Amino acid sequence: MILGHELVMSSSAAFAWSILPILLIGLRTTLLAMFAGFVIAVVVGMVFALMRRSQWKIVTWPVGFVVEFLRNTPLLMQLFFLYFVLPEFGVTLPAFWTGTTVLGLQYAAYMSEVYRAGLDALPKGQWEAATALNLSKTRTYRTVVLPQMIPRVLPALGNYLISMMKDTPVLSTITVVEMLNLANRIGDRTFEYLVPLSLVGAIFFVLTCVCSALLRGLERFVPQKGIALR
Amino acid sequence: MSASIEFNQLHKRYGAHPVLRDFDLKVQAGETVTLIGPSGSGKSTVLRILMTLEPFQEGCLTLDGISYHQPHGKPPFFASDVHLHKVRAKVGMVFQSFNLFPHMTVLRNLVEAPTAVLGLSRDEAEGRAVELLHMVGLSDKAKAYPGQLSGGQQQRVAIARALAMRPQVLLFDEPTSALDPELVGEVLSVIRSLAHEHDLTMLMVTHEMRFAREISDRVCFFEGGRIVEQGKPDQIFNAPEQERTKRFLSSVLNG
Repeated sequence: MILGHELVMSSSAAFAWSILPILLIGLRTTLLAMFAGFVIAVVVGMVFALMRRSQWKIVTWPVGFVVEFLRNTPLLMQLFFLYFVLPEFGVTLPAFWTGTTVLGLQYAAYMSEVYRAGLDALPKGQWEAATALNLSKTRTYRTVVLPQMIPRVLPALGNYLISMMKDTPVLSTITVVEMLNLANRIGDRTFEYLVPLSLVGAIFFVLTCVCSALLRGLERFVPQKGIALR
Repeated sequence: MSASIEFNQLHKRYGAHPVLRDFDLKVQAGETVTLIGPSGSGKSTVLRILMTLEPFQEGCLTLDGISYHQPHGKPPFFASDVHLHKVRAKVGMVFQSFNLFPHMTVLRNLVEAPTAVLGLSRDEAEGRAVELLHMVGLSDKAKAYPGQLSGGQQQRVAIARALAMRPQVLLFDEPTSALDPELVGEVLSVIRSLAHEHDLTMLMVTHEMRFAREISDRVCFFEGGRIVEQGKPDQIFNAPEQERTKRFLSSVLNG
């Protein structure tokens, strides 16, 4: 019995069928980590990118350091650091949220670079026109810059979403019960690793395909009028 | 309403490279002044400084008596954002490359800033936008996107967009240089009607010499970051006094 489900070992097919519900419980955690992490990455990444464009060095330097640190150190190290070291300073987060935050922040650092490229790609004339029309900074970003940038960066963000999804098994190292963690547990219990791991692989594969399809749909849905031009 | 402009001993550098040196220019309210001269002579920079797209380092620039620099302003602009906002409210600019917002319809291009900056209601702003589009002869293009228009049409929309902000000074930075020859006329005729019918101070950088001669109250010939010669168009084009002006005019008019 794992998570209330009986394991049937009579044949490989029956075994696979019996562990599927268990893995699907893990899938829920995987999906949740992926979506929560992605929201963190998309939002914080944008905040990073905008802060790095500030005119004050007191803002750009620390943010630049944080982004480079997040980009240039291993995910696993960051994960262990937050999970094992922070409690010593009295900060205790549930494993799931620790993991999701780390995942989200690392990808936020990656995405801030995508946003930066997107912002740099906007012709200088657009900024100048906004200035000439006396639009405020906020208004310029909201109605001129971001609506032109977001459709351009969408494919790159989508890639990171998929890449991030494939990184979620890392969370199992800090005891988060996601798919790979459960597959391992099933293997430890039954000494039968082939079926659970294959199933996890298959589920990930289906998931990536579905996500890619959804993203392609989204890219078509987001208004492209005029944006590809000049 | 139009505004007067005064440059007084203005210095502008890019790094160590001087662009404008001891620059003086007075423009009266309602005057139409054309800036001509070889490229790199600082003509466009004059417009860009007026539009606050570029800072300047020394000297004085006033618009209707209001100085661009503030006494304790910090570089690069030596003025607060609020102050720059106030100065910019009087100035509009038409760019060589139009710079319309490609993701907005023509109508939204014209409505965006008046609602956001002047605080007009949507209906009010759209009403004015429709009038302006009529004026530039593009009433039927309100729902089109800039990418669906020809260069000449885009530039006329850009002029309407600048006018929608009710500027007192309108700057034209080579408004026809990016256009195919057959589209230049439609843009020039819009500018011509502005010069005649609107109470605007206009500064224009252009290579259209015949047009400059026709609409200008005054023509300024630039070289090396200074005005070498200025005067009524007839005087500049028929009887230039400076050797450099003669050389430039003969090269552009005969070349």
